[in-house]
Amino acid sequence: MELTLKNTSFSYDPGAKKPVFAVRNVSFTIHEGEFSALIGHTGSGKSTLVQFLNGLLKPTFGEVLFNGENIFDKKYPLKELRQKVGLVFQYPEHQLFEETVLKDICFGPKNMGLPKEERIERARHAMRLVGLSESYEEKSPFELSGGEKRRVAIAGVLAMNPECLILDEPTAGLDPAGRDDILGTVRTLSDTEGIAVVLVSHSMEDVAVYAERLLVMNQGSLLYDDTPRAVFEHYRELEKIGLSAPQVTYIAHALRDKGFLVDEHAMSVPELKAEILRVLGKA
Amino acid sequence: MIRDITLGQYYDTDSVLHRLDPRVKLAFTFIYIISLFVGHGPWCYAYAAAFLVFVIVLSHVPVKFMVKGLRAMLMILIISALFNVFLVQGEVIFHWWIFTVSKEGIRTAVLMVVRLVFLVIGSSIMTLTTTPNDLTDGLERSMRFLKVIRVPVHEIAMMMSIALRFIPILIEEVNKIMKAQIARGADFDTGGLVKKAKAMVPLLIPLFVSAFRRASDLALAMEARCYHGGDGRTKLHPLKYQKADIIAYIVLLLYLGGMIAMAVLLP
Repeated sequence: MELTLKNTSFSYDPGAKKPVFAVRNVSFTIHEGEFSALIGHTGSGKSTLVQFLNGLLKPTFGEVLFNGENIFDKKYPLKELRQKVGLVFQYPEHQLFEETVLKDICFGPKNMGLPKEERIERARHAMRLVGLSESYEEKSPFELSGGEKRRVAIAGVLAMNPECLILDEPTAGLDPAGRDDILGTVRTLSDTEGIAVVLVSHSMEDVAVYAERLLVMNQGSLLYDDTPRAVFEHYRELEKIGLSAPQVTYIAHALRDKGFLVDEHAMSVPELKAEILRVLGKA
Repeated sequence: MIRDITLGQYYDTDSVLHRLDPRVKLAFTFIYIISLFVGHGPWCYAYAAAFLVFVIVLSHVPVKFMVKGLRAMLMILIISALFNVFLVQGEVIFHWWIFTVSKEGIRTAVLMVVRLVFLVIGSSIMTLTTTPNDLTDGLERSMRFLKVIRVPVHEIAMMMSIALRFIPILIEEVNKIMKAQIARGADFDTGGLVKKAKAMVPLLIPLFVSAFRRASDLALAMEARCYHGGDGRTKLHPLKYQKADIIAYIVLLLYLGGMIAMAVLLP
């Protein structure tokens, strides 16, 4: 699987005299099984951008290629693409509508035209992937908690067996425990199922630990496309565009300024702890 | 299709019309509608058209936005035109099978369509240049006399303003839910009537759920700020007529007078 954006730009009002572009000349490729994060401040164009990836929005300029084929060609089967590239919107729990959790998760497979047994099998598999036990199957999605609803919604997309899963702010409005839960689930999906994941977020803390690759958006343009380590080197520039590196990056840099030569690339608390101990042990 | 409805959508810009007292604009809408029914014949409509153009120019709202509202009305326009063309009796100019087209029929059809178009554009000017809040303030103030006969004017006005306020929110919500369901393979565009109606279920249920959720959140937020209905409630900006409002009233009355005169004097 390979999903490529080629020089894509988008304006909500391309006919205007001076069109404002929500996305400007963005190019990148998502590879098989890759875990990347799309980061940007509110209004940086990330939510617009992700809608290119499954053909919900057509870029004003540029192309979107799935395995080398232009998805906006007249004969391209967009419906099939949307099964391969699953998009989970912000607050996906707002799209639930069926009487039972199982039925709701079956909606995607049903639209694919799968026979009933296979739908249910897929839905059950998806439920296991997001950590919902069988006891949820017959419950009404409307009586679940916020975090559970979100799991159901994510399962609803997973049941289509996507090769690439895009999640737009999947942790918005969840408490820290719910956030770690969802992110952990997504991580497992990427590790065990080999699904390529694009995690859209505005929080570096969320994605630093999980993503192999960071795509940083600013005012519609792609500013960085690199490993988290390399991107956090630019933590001063990140601040200017309203983002920040994870807090441990700041501590590491502060320590270095004071003469403790810890590795400033540490990205999580345990990593930095090990670094500090190493430096102190030597000293 | 849903995206094309401009009724109840405010276009934010600065113009003489935007600054007018909402009561004047309400009066404009009523007077304009009345004038359309008083007038008959091409001259009266030309006069109404001229006045409408004058008001549109004053409003600084792009004509595009006014015309958008018409698109949703297209079916009604076509149906009423067809009815008039075929059903009005008169001098026959075309006859085939059970269809008869008369000169008078075409004439009435054209005038009817023109009248409907003016009606829609005329009333959308008010909503395009007046914020929903101003509009309800104006309505509440001008209907206050009905309180004497125990009409809950304030409550009705509040309900209206909330309803208007919710239109754009719900449209946005519809778009969002639609996209989310399309991403799950839903198909809203193809298939027969039954299939299309069934396809609406995944759209309508989340929409209703969200509308109820929003309504209950709003009720809670209003109560948290001690809302208890209209009694004893004062306004931050009470409506007061300015010089421009008086002038606007005079212009309106002159327009209506002109229309009545034309309707009476012209054959």
